[in-house]
Amino acid sequence: MDFMQQLVQQLINGISLGSIYALIALGYTMIYGIIKLINFAHGDIYMVGAYIGYFSITMAHLSIVPSLIISMVVTGLLGMLIERLAYKPLRHAPRISVLITAIGVSFFLEYTSMYFVSPTPRTFPAVFDNIAYHFGPFIINGQQMLIFGITFILMVALTYIVQRTKIGKAMRAVSFDTETAQLMGIDANRIISITFGIGSALAAAGGVLVGVYYNSIDPLMGIMPGLKAFVAAVLGGIGILPGAMVGGLILGVIEALVSGFVSSTFRDAAAFAILILVLLFKPSGIFGKNTREKV
Amino acid sequence: MNSLRKTDLIMLVFGVALFIVLQGLITGRILNSFWQLNLIILCINIILSVSLNLINGYTGQFSLGHAGFMAIGAYVSVVLTTNFHWPFLIALLAGGAGAGFLGFLIGLPTLRLYGDYLAIATLGLGEIIRITIMNIEYVGGAAGFMNIPHNTTFTWAFFLMLATLFIIKNFVNSTHGRACIAIRENEIAAEAMGINTTKYKVMAFTIGAGFAGVAGGLFAHCFYIINPTSFTFMQSFNYLIMVVLGGLGSITGSIAGAFAVTFVSAGLASWPEFRMIIYALMLILLMFYRPQGLFGYIEITDFKIFSRFRGGRKS
Repeated sequence: MDFMQQLVQQLINGISLGSIYALIALGYTMIYGIIKLINFAHGDIYMVGAYIGYFSITMAHLSIVPSLIISMVVTGLLGMLIERLAYKPLRHAPRISVLITAIGVSFFLEYTSMYFVSPTPRTFPAVFDNIAYHFGPFIINGQQMLIFGITFILMVALTYIVQRTKIGKAMRAVSFDTETAQLMGIDANRIISITFGIGSALAAAGGVLVGVYYNSIDPLMGIMPGLKAFVAAVLGGIGILPGAMVGGLILGVIEALVSGFVSSTFRDAAAFAILILVLLFKPSGIFGKNTREKV
Repeated sequence: MNSLRKTDLIMLVFGVALFIVLQGLITGRILNSFWQLNLIILCINIILSVSLNLINGYTGQFSLGHAGFMAIGAYVSVVLTTNFHWPFLIALLAGGAGAGFLGFLIGLPTLRLYGDYLAIATLGLGEIIRITIMNIEYVGGAAGFMNIPHNTTFTWAFFLMLATLFIIKNFVNSTHGRACIAIRENEIAAEAMGINTTKYKVMAFTIGAGFAGVAGGLFAHCFYIINPTSFTFMQSFNYLIMVVLGGLGSITGSIAGAFAVTFVSAGLASWPEFRMIIYALMLILLMFYRPQGLFGYIEITDFKIFSRFRGGRKS
């Protein structure tokens, strides 16, 4: 019974961590789906989101929900700006050039923020009292409830946008075949820009939630979650939205189990091991279909 | 072929002359210990950037795991010199062989991936290597390995660097190297021309990893302590910056890149944020205006001056 209790507790922790990975992974997968770019800077956009959330809570004395919205809007605009300045001029350049640019953007965000907000970690303010909800022998705390709730709302909203609105339809068309979509009168540049905006806003939400969950943020906090969210996106099948959600949750759970039952130092190694196994055995991911490369 | 040998000889003479001048400056105490250390680091960085260039630039396989191989070389060689008292050179070569062997084992499955997937997979492998080392108590775990003999001198670093340059240059100019370049240009076309792409990709990866291991050994014996945090993927990015700056596919470029990055890092050591911001902007601007890097595919030996030594024959 003791083992079972610990297992379920780790599952709960894993799902809350996994929800955050899922939020970041969604942005990765959307951007990859539309311009085939691994946006290395995505993890750093998430860090910027966390800082904007932090400043709107501590300086503007807003509560969590308005701060979350402000952070999502500002970070979304930042994402669009980055796309406009750094990636758009390279739309037809080789993939590796764009990848190197993305690494450059990532460094730029990390170290300019480090310059402005100092490299020392900051304590994220406690947004509400730490209430623990008991479900039988299991404990879910307030932060975890908040993470579940907000992630759920955002995912529903995203699914609605992508599946039911005109913009979502255009996004799906551009990601399916950019040139044909343009011939049908879709402004691909605008759609790509919007995709970056939405993806960055989701990452920002993830950043604020991580701040709430771990109480600590720093300018380099985005590197590891960024890479892991990429793993999650690949695990679910890159370019596929439900894949990113499921991939994020699975990754979070595996990580929680590894740190709970093996050793927390192997946590990061586990994520990369999953990546390599997935790439070797089912590179298209859980939800992906196999495609063959043609000459 | 004959003209190539001649160029090699000229470069060797030039290299030895450079060494004598620098060594003279060191013995004459004109260069203080800070710059002396930086010269050693420069030699190590050149080995790393040239070997990474073999993988990323010549073979076109985007690897971000160089720091991991460096870590293997470093740890294998320090264990051999400190705990088993092997001679320095043998230990370095053993470290290189260890890293190369691991590169071979890892390369075999991973190199089936391409482009950005390979980049992230190698980055992950580098991290797995580092985390595994961190959990091995025998080599000190996260605290690091201590009491390493201070064996790396400028002479060692310089001549191992020359040897690396010579071997990699000749590899690139051999049949194998041509096969690697063909893979970079178009993998499918290369395969259609009868090149065993997997073999050459793994070969380039193994050689690159091996030299990274040697460089890791030199690096480790430069300080009295090493720990796993010296080998994070940020370190791999550092070498990537050198290679990209100099030109993917130019040994001269990698040397120039290593030179620029080493001295910019040394000069801005007190302002680490600025250093990284400069690198970041440099990467972005390079990709906009000169994606092939400073040197592109050009080598210093391609310049006119050298064709005179080749008996006027145009290469």
